[in-house]
Amino acid sequence: MGMSSPEALLICEHCDTVYRRRTLTRGDVARCARCEAELERHHALGVNAMLALILTAMIVFVQANMWPIVTLGLSGQQSSTTLWGMILAMWREQAQVVSVLVAATLFFFPLLKMLLLGWLLWFARAGRRAPGFVRLMVILHYLGPWTMSEVFVLGALVAIVKAHTYFDVTPDPGIYAYAALTLLITVFAGVDLRQLWDDVPEHAA
Amino acid sequence: MSALPRASELGLIACTVCGLVCRNVPGDARLDGDGVGDDMACPRCGTTLRRRKPDSYVRTWALLIAAFILYIPANVLPIMRTASLNDVDDNTIISGVVELWRAGSPNLAIIVFTASIVVPMLKFLALGTLLVSSQRGSGWARLQRAKLYRLVELIGYWSMLDVFVVALLTALVRFSVLSLVEPLPGVIFFGLTVVLTMLASMSFDPRLIWDGKDTDD
Repeated sequence: MGMSSPEALLICEHCDTVYRRRTLTRGDVARCARCEAELERHHALGVNAMLALILTAMIVFVQANMWPIVTLGLSGQQSSTTLWGMILAMWREQAQVVSVLVAATLFFFPLLKMLLLGWLLWFARAGRRAPGFVRLMVILHYLGPWTMSEVFVLGALVAIVKAHTYFDVTPDPGIYAYAALTLLITVFAGVDLRQLWDDVPEHAA
Repeated sequence: MSALPRASELGLIACTVCGLVCRNVPGDARLDGDGVGDDMACPRCGTTLRRRKPDSYVRTWALLIAAFILYIPANVLPIMRTASLNDVDDNTIISGVVELWRAGSPNLAIIVFTASIVVPMLKFLALGTLLVSSQRGSGWARLQRAKLYRLVELIGYWSMLDVFVVALLTALVRFSVLSLVEPLPGVIFFGLTVVLTMLASMSFDPRLIWDGKDTDD
């Protein structure tokens, strides 16, 4: 088995159709002629821009996790919570499965994704492959859909509206940090992380 | 050979993890995805190369059926209890939607209804249809089926919405005797349903849609 120069060919992962790769210019999206899935898009963000986004996301993520999300008031009493307050509350209330799900999809997986990307991009900036590049890229691939911060923002909105009927609701800085995080995630959503395989070739390791 | 050659016709195989295009001997039985003797690894990322996801039909069916079984208690059992001085109120997913509608937020009620009821049902129907039609090698509406699969992949994880709502309210509504919110077993079943449907859609191989006997190109 030999390698057929990886730069020259492209296979649609949704239907297995083979294409010759073309150079894409700004705004271009290559689509499969058979199944119309996206094959490849122009990399609008360079390594530096991606690293800047990741570092921003890390700062916002710390804030989103440290600051309370929302405060409720009832007859002079106040109650507020952070993300970890939620995770611990679910654990105490006999819903450990949910507690683990929340901790994984809203804390550990997003954190791991940002740390991995930060690490890989930091070295890619210097045109080098980071130590552990191959294994970390594979982990990043499998992390795929398991980070759900943007779903949580909508969930928080629903919870606020529900609570609004019975309590005085005051949004706290944490919810704004989450909103900002969602914007960053949306900007990053168009990035195909596989480009890193090509951006930093093996011989540069 | 058709105008749109497929990887197997050219003796090529794409790595599912990193996308690298690799060459193999045409018709190589070791790469048929049956898990027997599949010993070729991607030279770039080390993942075992397979023409199709292994046991895609069996795994997807198993996960989908398991998800459907858990989806029943997820809907029948209450997901959340609201207790106040003179009143204990248990909410199911659907009664939560109704309450949200009455509380004056129909838009949000529609969003929750979509995420908690429509999306999971769509997943069961869509993946079920995709499995049956692909297993029969059907050439019916291939492009639409391919798009349906991508839709399921795209929206699937938004179903976790209700789980986060319950978790946030549980942590927030802590006013000792005045008002308390507790999670109830329904939310556990629902969380597991969402995870299983996500795993089911991941284990389905969309390339199977195009593998039938009669090609339409």
